[in-house]
Amino acid sequence: MSEQDSAVLETRDLTAFYGDFQALFGISFALHEGETVAIIGANGAGKSTFLKAIAGLLPRPAAAVRLDGRDIGALPAFDIVKLGISLVPEGRRLFTSLSVEENLQVGAYGRHGDGTWSLEAIYRLFPVLHERRHTPSTALSGGQQQMVAIGRSLMSNPRILLCDEISLGLAPIVIRDIYAALADIKARGTSVVLVEQDLMHAMSVADRAYCFQEGRVSLSGRPQELTRDAIHAAYFGL
Amino acid sequence: MLGWIDTLLQGILLGGLYSLYATGLSVIFGIMRLVNLAHGDLIVLAAFLMLALVAAGVPIVLALAIVLPLMFALGYALQSLMLNRALGRNILPPLLITFGLSIIVQNGLLETFSADTRFLNVGPLQGASLRLGGGIAIGVMPLICLVAAITVILLLNGVFYRTPLGRAFRATSDDVEIAQLMGINNKAIYAITMGIALAVCAVAGFFLGARANFDPSIGPARLLYAFEAVIIGGLGSLWGTLAGGIVVGVAQTVGAHIDPEWQILSGHVAFLIVLVIRPRGLFPRAVD
Repeated sequence: MSEQDSAVLETRDLTAFYGDFQALFGISFALHEGETVAIIGANGAGKSTFLKAIAGLLPRPAAAVRLDGRDIGALPAFDIVKLGISLVPEGRRLFTSLSVEENLQVGAYGRHGDGTWSLEAIYRLFPVLHERRHTPSTALSGGQQQMVAIGRSLMSNPRILLCDEISLGLAPIVIRDIYAALADIKARGTSVVLVEQDLMHAMSVADRAYCFQEGRVSLSGRPQELTRDAIHAAYFGL
Repeated sequence: MLGWIDTLLQGILLGGLYSLYATGLSVIFGIMRLVNLAHGDLIVLAAFLMLALVAAGVPIVLALAIVLPLMFALGYALQSLMLNRALGRNILPPLLITFGLSIIVQNGLLETFSADTRFLNVGPLQGASLRLGGGIAIGVMPLICLVAAITVILLLNGVFYRTPLGRAFRATSDDVEIAQLMGINNKAIYAITMGIALAVCAVAGFFLGARANFDPSIGPARLLYAFEAVIIGGLGSLWGTLAGGIVVGVAQTVGAHIDPEWQILSGHVAFLIVLVIRPRGLFPRAVD
């Protein structure tokens, strides 16, 4: 597995639980510098749980998550982001009593290194947010909220961006804008893990993909190497 | 007529004291969704600490300047060593800890200082008053107390709404899980919150002792007035808490003006009336 050796982010036999309920059963995964990896799978397959476990929102075995070969599984979420791993959470989850700009500023709290992201850079990426920067975050449309959620994560200058269902519930035209921004983000060398239910979008931007099924990896490979039938089988377990 | 204006003024001034009781409680609830049942007793504790310093020859203002950071440190330690360990989905464990703390503080004070009634001697200002004409006069200490209450709220709002630390406070209050994703150590935020709340308790304890008599048993009643002020004002708004304190204060003095026996009762009645008319308080901010 020469691929695993050069991985920036790696999980080995990652397990995660919600109380007594086991959601992940030993996920082994690798992400390389500058790579975009899609994670697909049905509802309840453990995709969001996987991202949460990496980000530190769920307890996980200390050696199960590695960044640059270093175990980071014992670190709390507020330390993980300072290492350059940032999660864009499912459902956006903006800070409701904060304005758009304040939401972005809070994102800089866990800043990692001297990256390229700043308020100005976020406003260049999403010009509409500049117009609405003093608006309460609750007054935005779904697409604009998603832009704030992504911008907020970028403010920490992540090396690795974990995106959880960033197209969920958005109009196709808005999804196109969000994915155009994602291309810009990738162009800056950021590695991306993309959890999506929307297969077409995920596969169109991903360098590699993992398919999850009931807390396990059921298939992985490059999108062009994965046949529709193989994905179908891995997706539904048929 | 003059009697009523006087009553109203005294009520507003008393409201300043009640909102000082309530501000710390409001901050703790607003950021942590934690109810601190020991809040009143901690105010009384601060008053006794100042009393002990004064008895040792420390000037009263210096005593406040010493007790204020001391109470901050106590709050920080209390939160990081005890309450943070009990925080979780269930709100009962931290509530029970503060209930136990209330009993410990009360009995500790009783053991150390006896049940005697005390007051803080603030010198010539103690009984000083300002004549406003028309036979109406207001006490200087009560006026300073109201000004202090307003100043404390201005300062806290300045911190919460104008500083990066304040943004972290509000973000943590909104969504503690996501705040952690942003690099905010929520437990450190909570410890600072409790520290700030207890520092405000020190100010409240100063005016409690300077305005009226106190003994180790009066904490729970102060907690009750503070609760009423917070709920009347609306959760999450410090100006609302000031307004709530003034509503309770005015209701009490108006009640006492009609019949001295009605003072405490009319404060509670005003609270119930506000609850019936506006269940979310006068200036609600918090969404949950």
